[in-house]
Amino acid sequence: MDKEKLFTLPWEEDDRVDGIEKVTGHARYTADHKPENMVYAVFVTSTIARGAVKNLLLSEAKNAPGVLEILSHLNCPPVPGYQPWAKDPNKKGFEWRGLKPFQNNLVWYYGQPIALVVAVTWEKAVKAAALVKAEYLVEVAETDFEKFRKDPSRLKPSGEYKRGEADAYKQAAVFVENEYHTPIETHNPIELHASIAVWEDDDKLTVYDKSQGPKGTQSELARNFGLEEKNVRVITKFVGGAFGSALRSWPHVVAACIAAKMVKRPVRLQLTRRQMFTMVGYRPMAWQYIAIGASREGKLTGITHHAVSITSRYEDFREGIVNASQYLYDCPNVNTSYKILPQDVNTPTWMRGPGEATGAFALESALDELAYKLGMDPVELRIKNYAELHPVNKLPWTSKFLKECYDKGRELVGWSNRPAIPRTLTEDGKLIGYGMGGGVFGASRGTAAVKAVLNSEGKLTLYSAVSDMGPGTATAMVRIAAGIMQMPVSKISFLLGDTEFPPGPTQGGSTTTSTVGTAVSMVCETLKAQLIELAQINSTDLNGLSTEELACGNETVYAKKDGTKKISLAALVMASGKPQLEILKETGPDPAIRSKYAMNSFSAHFVKVAVDPVTGTIELKKIVCTGDGGKIVSPKTARSQMIGGAVGGIGMALTEEALIDTQTGKYLTDTLGTYLVPRHRDVPFIDTWFPDKPDLLINPMGSKGVGEIALIGFAAAVANAVYNATGKRITRLPIKPEMLV
Amino acid sequence: MEKHSPDCPGESRRNFIKQTTALTALTIVPSALVQAGEQHEAIATFLEKTPLQLEVNGKTVQVLVDPGVSLLDMLREQLGLTGTKKGCDQGHCGACIVHVDGKRVNSCLSEAADNNGKKITTIEGLSNGDQLHPVQEAFIKHDAFQCGYCTPGQIMSAVACIREGQANTPEDIREYMSDNICRCGAYPNIVAAILEAKNSGQKI
Repeated sequence: MDKEKLFTLPWEEDDRVDGIEKVTGHARYTADHKPENMVYAVFVTSTIARGAVKNLLLSEAKNAPGVLEILSHLNCPPVPGYQPWAKDPNKKGFEWRGLKPFQNNLVWYYGQPIALVVAVTWEKAVKAAALVKAEYLVEVAETDFEKFRKDPSRLKPSGEYKRGEADAYKQAAVFVENEYHTPIETHNPIELHASIAVWEDDDKLTVYDKSQGPKGTQSELARNFGLEEKNVRVITKFVGGAFGSALRSWPHVVAACIAAKMVKRPVRLQLTRRQMFTMVGYRPMAWQYIAIGASREGKLTGITHHAVSITSRYEDFREGIVNASQYLYDCPNVNTSYKILPQDVNTPTWMRGPGEATGAFALESALDELAYKLGMDPVELRIKNYAELHPVNKLPWTSKFLKECYDKGRELVGWSNRPAIPRTLTEDGKLIGYGMGGGVFGASRGTAAVKAVLNSEGKLTLYSAVSDMGPGTATAMVRIAAGIMQMPVSKISFLLGDTEFPPGPTQGGSTTTSTVGTAVSMVCETLKAQLIELAQINSTDLNGLSTEELACGNETVYAKKDGTKKISLAALVMASGKPQLEILKETGPDPAIRSKYAMNSFSAHFVKVAVDPVTGTIELKKIVCTGDGGKIVSPKTARSQMIGGAVGGIGMALTEEALIDTQTGKYLTDTLGTYLVPRHRDVPFIDTWFPDKPDLLINPMGSKGVGEIALIGFAAAVANAVYNATGKRITRLPIKPEMLV
Repeated sequence: MEKHSPDCPGESRRNFIKQTTALTALTIVPSALVQAGEQHEAIATFLEKTPLQLEVNGKTVQVLVDPGVSLLDMLREQLGLTGTKKGCDQGHCGACIVHVDGKRVNSCLSEAADNNGKKITTIEGLSNGDQLHPVQEAFIKHDAFQCGYCTPGQIMSAVACIREGQANTPEDIREYMSDNICRCGAYPNIVAAILEAKNSGQKI
């Protein structure tokens, strides 16, 4: 491959390939679809957190205008895939995990679906849903995480790790220890989750769905309804954000399908904003204890990290809260433990920077605290304990340019102005502080297939059933193809979001560019080889030349030594005797590389804050986010992704907190007016920087992914800057003004 | 595979009366009397609809709306203008912002029936044919979005913000755009796009 020619495209060609659709309102998201004869469904939800529905009083709702059907446990047909005996031999005893809507009368949490009203208009469904009355058998619910996490008998052990001595920090010359608290955070993408179910036939289903993984949704629906996968089509052309909430298929998707089958018409089920808190997961509330010990010179000698996070009573959810503490820094003695606490709440799920974002708040805050105790610069402390080999498996990294991030971040934020002693710098009467925090996330590569079609006009179209929740998958893929084919971006399309296309991966864990990009790269390399071969046969100018003497570029195959000798790609397709050239390639993880190397992306975030000493108001004055995501395939969209992660980090640090009333189990903050996400006024200019070094061991593009590292470590950077400004160590997120005065 | 259902875009008052009359005629046919209850329901449903005439993106539109239908849902479900998005249906997120008589309005909080005779501009009506509006162009150039879902609301709000004279500094823009949430966090790029469009000298 002509590696030096990769991504030498001009900046101007970096606009999003779907930008025009998005700015003109022509991009069609799930709920924008309206199949013929479609009707509307609205959930009725439980008003207790634990117990059972004793009576559902439906007559008034059934008689309301426009109502077609009310689905509940009283009339819901069994879902084949929900039955405990449903074993799929290929999946080694697949059991449906998660809530099974309307299969019985049990209530597991406040806000759980207990009925679904289907009506001819959405307004009529809403009105009728309000008329459904439920009588309950009420049991005492437990939703007080703070209280029950202290009871060891309620906790489920979920992994322990130890290398060297446990609790070695106790013998250290200097150590810090602290407890950290993070609340429930909800993804709350602005697009409401929605599904439209269309039964084309008894055994043929089409679903428009908000999904990060159309193929995953397809296989779950096929299993649930006992259908062949090829008879289930999932369409998800545009996804209006998700951040993890659409990584799995939730009960409302199945509910829409059941309802559509019952009324024999397409059904659209769009969640309300309130239901976005109780039906599509959240970042679990967590408690952490962390202790770090070091020599007087600042060499780490022991890390102890314990965490407990909340889950539902009907399903276990675990994430990597303590993982980064095991390997981000070089330390001989590390012990970690992780437990989950089942409560009467809905099930959490992965949210951007899952686990690591929570863990990094504790780890990176604790390192900051240790730096002050040692009298060291926090960045120097990190450099002193820089891991050259992965501390858990002792493998070298495929690439690691974190030191470069530290250096550039310091320079861009103006770190030299940071006061060594907290609460000693003021500007315009405000307390000024600087802080930083680092992040790390896996940079693996999964399985994907891509089909390339080059038509007789020389236009290249790529197909894969991946979806794009916003980072710009098609834009990145088109650029990868353009780099290899050396042809204009405008001549290439990447079509996604439809299970009719070759199987693509679920978009999550910062792996899409790496995974799908590898398949794009393979399919284009094969296409290029085929075109060169066709040129040797079909062009009189080129037929004496060897493969090495020919190249692809400017929509032609040409002689490297004499560019005037060439043949257009369109002419080569014509000459092939086929209507178009088609190539399908599949890629998967590389076990050989995995056994020899560790693979991670890294970040370092730097923040300058100004705190009002009277009111405690925190203003972000400067933000610099640096990230080692390998080669940056699409600079403009990668920068946007980094900025977006920082904005998520601002929310985690300063605004976002979903509160549950522990008496009733109801969310107290269940609107965007009460669950506060960052708005324009909360976000300053954000500077980003990437080392932009290719990691060719992971994939042919050399890219590692930036989606998660953009957020991981950010909240700690803010908390550390607040400490530098005020001398107050905040260990409970979000940081509120009243904590600082 | 998908066809947009006809619903009643532009359904006229005359059609409305015709249908009502047809239903009235039906009620005197003996065989139909059996289903009198249903027909009363149908008649009631028709009678409670409000006929509206308004100008949407420069075109006169006549439409019948049920009580309680928001301007947002009328645009999306009845007129097929799905560019305007439902983000919260509570006036918190700004994804549904359209221009009503030139002013930015959360269309989810506006009763459709209150908009008789008004001029509505949605994202679909902003560009001049294929020629994008300067704010749309600036959004693309500055990558002022990721998923694009809040974008129609951001753009309609931005155009109004500039016209209101409240887009003179980044600080002003941040303040006067704060009713529009972007969960992907494209805020700095949105501010840059609005400033550029405002300072481009083009008519906004």
